[in-house]
Amino acid sequence: MADIRNNFVGIKSPNPFWLASAPPTDKAYNVERAFKAGWGGVVWKTLGEEGPPVVNVNGPRYGAIWGADRRLLGLNNIELITDRDLQTNLREMKQVKMNWPDRALIASIMVPCVEESWKAILPLVEETGADGIELNFGCPHGMSERGMGSAVGQVPEYIEMVVRWCKQYTRMPVLTKLTPNITDIRKPARAAHAGGTDAVSLINTINSITGVDLDSFAPQPTIDGKGSHGGYCGPAVKPIAMNMVAEIARDPETHGLPISGIGGITTWRDAAEFMALGAGNVQVCTAAMTYGFKIVQEMIAGLENWMDEKGHASLSDIIGRATPNVTDWQYLNLNYVAKAHIDQDACIKCGRCHIACEDTSHQAITSMVDGVRHFEVIEAECVGCNLCVNVCPVEGCITMQPLAAGVLDQRTGLPVSPVYANWTTHPNNPMAKVAAE
Amino acid sequence: MATGHFIEGIAGGRLSSEQYADNFSDLHPPLDHHEALVESDRCYFCYDAPCMNACPTSIDIPLFIRQIATGNPLGSAKTIFDQNILGGMCARVCPTETLCEEACVREVAEGKPVQIGRLQRYATDVAMGEGKQFYKRAEPTGKSIAVVGAGPAGLAAAHRLARHGHDVTILEARPKAGGLNEYGIAAYKSVDDFAQAEVDYVTAIGGIDIQNGKALGRDFQLADLIRNYDAVFLGMGLGGVNALRADGEDADGVANAVEFISELRQTSDLSGLPVGRRVVVIGGGMTAIDAAVQSKLLGAEEVTICYRRGQEHMNASEFEQDLAAANGVTIRHWLQPKRVIAENGKVSAIELEYTAMSGDKLIGTGETLRLNADQVFKAIGQSFVPAHLNGSAEQIELEGGRIKVDAEGRTSLAKVWAGGDCIFGGDDLTVSAVAHGRDAAESIHRALTSNGRA
Repeated sequence: MADIRNNFVGIKSPNPFWLASAPPTDKAYNVERAFKAGWGGVVWKTLGEEGPPVVNVNGPRYGAIWGADRRLLGLNNIELITDRDLQTNLREMKQVKMNWPDRALIASIMVPCVEESWKAILPLVEETGADGIELNFGCPHGMSERGMGSAVGQVPEYIEMVVRWCKQYTRMPVLTKLTPNITDIRKPARAAHAGGTDAVSLINTINSITGVDLDSFAPQPTIDGKGSHGGYCGPAVKPIAMNMVAEIARDPETHGLPISGIGGITTWRDAAEFMALGAGNVQVCTAAMTYGFKIVQEMIAGLENWMDEKGHASLSDIIGRATPNVTDWQYLNLNYVAKAHIDQDACIKCGRCHIACEDTSHQAITSMVDGVRHFEVIEAECVGCNLCVNVCPVEGCITMQPLAAGVLDQRTGLPVSPVYANWTTHPNNPMAKVAAE
Repeated sequence: MATGHFIEGIAGGRLSSEQYADNFSDLHPPLDHHEALVESDRCYFCYDAPCMNACPTSIDIPLFIRQIATGNPLGSAKTIFDQNILGGMCARVCPTETLCEEACVREVAEGKPVQIGRLQRYATDVAMGEGKQFYKRAEPTGKSIAVVGAGPAGLAAAHRLARHGHDVTILEARPKAGGLNEYGIAAYKSVDDFAQAEVDYVTAIGGIDIQNGKALGRDFQLADLIRNYDAVFLGMGLGGVNALRADGEDADGVANAVEFISELRQTSDLSGLPVGRRVVVIGGGMTAIDAAVQSKLLGAEEVTICYRRGQEHMNASEFEQDLAAANGVTIRHWLQPKRVIAENGKVSAIELEYTAMSGDKLIGTGETLRLNADQVFKAIGQSFVPAHLNGSAEQIELEGGRIKVDAEGRTSLAKVWAGGDCIFGGDDLTVSAVAHGRDAAESIHRALTSNGRA
């Protein structure tokens, strides 16, 4: 049986599935339910400074987009950090940690970008017995207008500065949560690293408008006729998050820096993918907010089952395994040739592959052969783009099959070369480097 | 005294009024808004969609379903009506399981097609419920066209001709318009007087004058129409019912299934409609099923369909056969009627002979079977009665006993087009009749506006 116990910067949890700092971790009641359901850890909903708590809007806080059958694909929110009194949160955190010593409990913190504020709150949090802190440099709405959240996360110098304060004033491990609302995610990660952070966690939510009410012409979610950009999350953001995780994991400057992966993780497979790209564990929010805490049971069982099947004994066997395979475009092998292949037994003849290829790509799939509706790849036209695979409603019906070296590529009329060759040496590249003699 | 199912002979009032209402409620209740959205999400928006190609009227099914899914049911209805102005009735009566839904790729993939018929009903119900008219008449052309028969073919032709600005007069033998939609379909497929509502919706375009009680050959002659109108469309359906060719078939209690169905549709009080305790229906098509199932629903105790060939030869679709079975109708195969047995002039039983194939010929085996019956329905097909057509004009050419037409619906007579069940080569489906009417109308329009042969 695979061992999925997680040790993330010294914080131990029975599995790598944590709940992200968000509504599901707002208070003891929710967190207790989450731990009962099996979650390995929680990052408590972000704490603010002592004093009157923030207030939230009293209308809709969430907007969404949906796929077929109204599957929730993307969620956005304009909720702020905790709107509960600091002392109440601290008291509950302490109690919950005592009740659940084997689970990870991390405090998310967002206070003004001044040393005194951080210096003041850290001992209070430490006193709860929390396993670590996460610096919320990510929230893109509301708090950023007050110089916190993503307003800090978008300025690498501020990140480094605050991380230094935290490392100075607490013994707890520091996770720095990054905003994706930035051009190059490596810059804030490097800054956090330079400041001495123990780990980064990403992504926080993405600036977004989920819809427009076409009767009132107001963005959604709509508060009395107006809307504000909210933070986008859920399955729709997973590809963006995974790229950012991989960018940090493979950046020579931050390579080896622990990463807590966040962004649309819904199933064990999503989690395994994040971890393969370099995440040491994962944080989940939208999936729990869509289906409830029980989903963690599928995640745990699915991850264990897959690891057993593949012979991975522990999480260290999978973490970062895909990182070396993430490269720059210029290093992709241009001599690799694949062609689409349609399994005629699996084909249901919807014709979507044909029309996608015919209208928008390379005219490489038939619609009719000998007067019969028939969809087949014309190898002489197929560039191997994979669009047909992506639009086919039947999983596994269309596959990309690599041509072996020496086999004739009917499109180019040339045999497939066995040699790896990339753009850096390609004759069409004006900057091509001449291969060494 | 025996009550309900057990009253001997042909009797009404076998059920309570609640049972009648329940038995004759909508066979496929309409999809509600949520159900329509969920179902429309299942459509793959196929290229050159097989469902569309399986539809005799070539409705752009993927497009109309996508329009439902995107919250545009009126646009969806227009997509349907563009091809089939009787899309509302077709959504109810089409054997979708052998047409669009059989071709649906999700039938191939999962054995569970998108419910195209019910989605079509959803969209057309929205439009008709709002009284939304999508078409305006073109400028008047001054041409007038006579349409014989206000059934699906005639109505489809009339609507398309009216759209093009022609004046249409429909001559209909029966008291109401609608043809088989009004008189010939099981009641549970067209509830709430839908056939009449559809006639009103279709004729609301204007320029269509329906004259009821006008029968060809009785009240007017084809020659009159050819003389008085710029063009004629014949869509009068089938007037004759095939005989059993069994001894004693004139006994009391032997009736035509089509008349029974028609009477049932027109009756306002189902309890007043008598039905036998033991009913035998002879035939293997939709009419046999409709008569048998409705007999059962009216309270008959025992209903048996006897068909002279095997299950695989039945014209009734698998769905219809299952519907009959689900309602407690017994379907027996390889039996042909031989003799109707009567007591005091009233049918009491029917003697049937087993059949078998001898080479490619159907023969009686000599072995017989006797089924008790107090009512026997003949549902072995209808035939075209050409007598009404001829005698007044040049002979119209027939083929296979029905009117011969070309691909555009032109008959052998100049100025005369035909469509629906009365032409040769059709499949006796409402939806095909609509296609014939529509296409003949386009052909007429081309002929009239290009100074062609008309």
